[in-house]
Amino acid sequence: MTVDTPGAAAAASPATHAHDNYLTAGRGLLSWLFTLDHKRIGVMYLVGILSSFFLGGVFALLVRTELLTPGPTIMTADTYNKMFTLHGAVMIFLFIIPGIPATLGNFVLPLMLGAKDVALPRLNLASFWLWMIGAVVAVASIIMGAVDTGWTFYTPYSTTTGTAVISMTLGAFILGFSSIFTGLNFIVTVHKLRPEGMTWFKMPLFVWGIYSTAIIQVLATPVLGITLLLLIAERTLGVGIFDPALGGDPVLYQHFFWFYSHPAVYIMILPAMAIMSELMSVFSHKHIFGYRFIAWSSIAIAVLSFLVWGHHMFTSGQSGLANMVFSALTFSVAIPSAVKVFNWLATMYKGSISLDTPMLYALSFLFLFSIGGLTGLFLGALATDIHLHDTYFVVAHFHYVMFGGTVIAFLGGLHYWWPKLFGRMYSERWGRIGALLIFVGFNVTFFTQFVMGSHGMPRRYYNYLEQFKPYHQASTYGSYLLSLGFVVVAGYLLHSLFRGEKAPNNPWGGATLEWETSSPPPSSNFAHEMLAGDPYDIESLRFDPETRGYVRKDPGSVLLTRVGA
Amino acid sequence: MTALRTVGEMSVLLAQGTDGSFWMPPGVSTVARHVDWLFNFILAISVFFFLLIVVVMTLFVIRYRRRAGAGAEASATHHTGLELTWTIIPVILVAVIFFFGFKGYLDMSTAPANAYEILVDGQKWNWSFTYPNGYVDSNLHVPVDRPVRLVMTSADVIHSLYVPAFRIKQDVVPGRYSKAWFEAMEPGEYELFCAEYCGTSHSGMIATVVVHPPGEFEIWLEKASNFLETMTPVDAGRKLFQVRGCLQCHSVDGTAKVGPTLLGVFGHSQALADGSSVTVDENYVRESILEPMAKVAAGYEPVMPTYQGRLKDAEIMAIIEYLKSLSGNG
Repeated sequence: MTVDTPGAAAAASPATHAHDNYLTAGRGLLSWLFTLDHKRIGVMYLVGILSSFFLGGVFALLVRTELLTPGPTIMTADTYNKMFTLHGAVMIFLFIIPGIPATLGNFVLPLMLGAKDVALPRLNLASFWLWMIGAVVAVASIIMGAVDTGWTFYTPYSTTTGTAVISMTLGAFILGFSSIFTGLNFIVTVHKLRPEGMTWFKMPLFVWGIYSTAIIQVLATPVLGITLLLLIAERTLGVGIFDPALGGDPVLYQHFFWFYSHPAVYIMILPAMAIMSELMSVFSHKHIFGYRFIAWSSIAIAVLSFLVWGHHMFTSGQSGLANMVFSALTFSVAIPSAVKVFNWLATMYKGSISLDTPMLYALSFLFLFSIGGLTGLFLGALATDIHLHDTYFVVAHFHYVMFGGTVIAFLGGLHYWWPKLFGRMYSERWGRIGALLIFVGFNVTFFTQFVMGSHGMPRRYYNYLEQFKPYHQASTYGSYLLSLGFVVVAGYLLHSLFRGEKAPNNPWGGATLEWETSSPPPSSNFAHEMLAGDPYDIESLRFDPETRGYVRKDPGSVLLTRVGA
Repeated sequence: MTALRTVGEMSVLLAQGTDGSFWMPPGVSTVARHVDWLFNFILAISVFFFLLIVVVMTLFVIRYRRRAGAGAEASATHHTGLELTWTIIPVILVAVIFFFGFKGYLDMSTAPANAYEILVDGQKWNWSFTYPNGYVDSNLHVPVDRPVRLVMTSADVIHSLYVPAFRIKQDVVPGRYSKAWFEAMEPGEYELFCAEYCGTSHSGMIATVVVHPPGEFEIWLEKASNFLETMTPVDAGRKLFQVRGCLQCHSVDGTAKVGPTLLGVFGHSQALADGSSVTVDENYVRESILEPMAKVAAGYEPVMPTYQGRLKDAEIMAIIEYLKSLSGNG
């Protein structure tokens, strides 16, 4: 479990600006590619995942630009079909599923536990390598003619189309193992590496969220692996599983696919909720409200997420009884999400709310995720879903949850832990401008899609009827504004890397253990063994004008002093 | 008496379609009113909770904004009663929504016994509707105020039949029959989309639902069914070319689509994928319709489905006459 890094002992000083830290602990590309340090792996994941987000975003802009006019605009129908498939596949498999756990989770989880690393550092590195290999195989499909099936690979279309389905699904298969490795690692880490004093209900809520996510990753992802292997077997060997021409059943594929891919939605959103719990408490400078309800709601979501996959198939021809059961179960999963939102709101009550950039993203999340969650009610109800299924209403709904929820929380978390990651502050002014541009651009892009969807605009349409033009055009212009927001964010964050002000150990006043070490942390994370208390005891900190950060009123309270050590 | 009258008024109300709104297109089927009512019911709940969340959030941000020298005030870190309240109220609300959603769905999925039956075939990328007398059309013609039951299957991949004005949608799956029904309440023309992604021309797989006024549907059907007798072979061929989906892949204006254009090819030589060539005559056209893979034109994928058993001899003759007319020798 130990990480042998030269210089770890020298770095073991809680000084504000440690000269030796994990970023400078080794030089050269190989010292990164073969590192076992969870922080470096987290940073490499961050680079990979943000690159994927950029790639997926370019595909999205091409799709939106094509939809500026009702007829052909900049590409052919076949190219358009490949573009929306690539947008979906890259965003889902390369970006948002590994997203928060592999980057911020990897970096922060061991620090929050006061640990030196994750429990299985070699498995962690293997996970990253598998991610890279999977990404290369998936992206290679573009060179081999790309895929035009939609990211869902529905049969028998996917088994009969002439495009590079095998490369893309093989990529997703490999990426699945990367995800399983990360999940397994985090489960072991949470069980075995908690510090003295951190009982289950003293864990930070971020840890609860990552833990719940890990359970889904380990239990659901193998089903995707099997499904994609069956699909590949059908394409290459002609085994009849899904294609009715070979004696298979195409609806069976949908059951298999959504048995993974619905829980996967919660792999995407649970870590976002985990970040939200931290942000709401820290920036309200107040203890989180209703800790146990939030923690249990994460577990409830993880369990219920396995029971609702059939709501993707209300019009597929599955039985009316199955539709009824899945509709009822679907509504049950709305409850824990609602509980979290109300508890976050209550956390602000009588707080002392700072509107720093991470908090602006947290407030954006509350606004956007509420819309995303509430529009789910229209889709969970059978009578309305029949009309709305496979229209832009659904496209808008899941973008409000996945983008308005997960991406926004990811940005909030990135800005929150950025000083810890790189030891630098970013421009607060530009941070707020970026957050505002993204918020406005996002709503213009996607709110219009609710309206055109309920008016009957089907999704995945290359051309559309004249009556939908105003909505499509507004949506496209919104996507340009949204992109501008991301350009701003990329600009000041890159600037911060090189020119940013040095960050204090604890710039925001968080009471979790990652703020007890230097920014950026030394390779071995902490100089002392840590003693965990209440992770939301914000009162135990005071602002220190000298370092412009927060310090413990009683510094000894988080150090474990071993007798005879 | 009052109660009876209210019930009477309600049933009159329920027997009408719905006007369009900001959210919904006009609804002209018997189920549209319930669907729109439920939509608006959920919308009201959603708007209420959304405003509640955003207003409370905004008030807290203003009221408890961080000020120099002032920290957070002490307050409870949990309150079981309060938290149970905002768990149980949503549980009740979603149970109510589920109930109305399921109730409406039961009506939407149970066709009346006396429904008029039309067979539907989905195929990349056109629809065919077969009427009880065997006539096939590319648009869906139905009588007003009569329940219509669709029995649907696909020749290739999954499609989905969607009529927004009727609030109905049902996947059309190869290898099985799926069913949908509706009763249109107002004569007119409405859009019918394919809602399940099916490849290149998915967005072009659009048909029209024509709802005929009382008494006119039967007249239309009889007239349309006799087109081979009443039209010239060229006109009948042109109609078949459109109605049976040929035009989805073969243009008649010289542009190449999924298949070669058929403008000016009859009587000329055609290069084949195997390197040989063939003169496009009656026999080649007939063979290509019935056995599309036998002689594939050079430069095109072998993707055309067979029409064996789906076109009558007289219909194939009409199409041949139409192709001749496109070469100026009809």
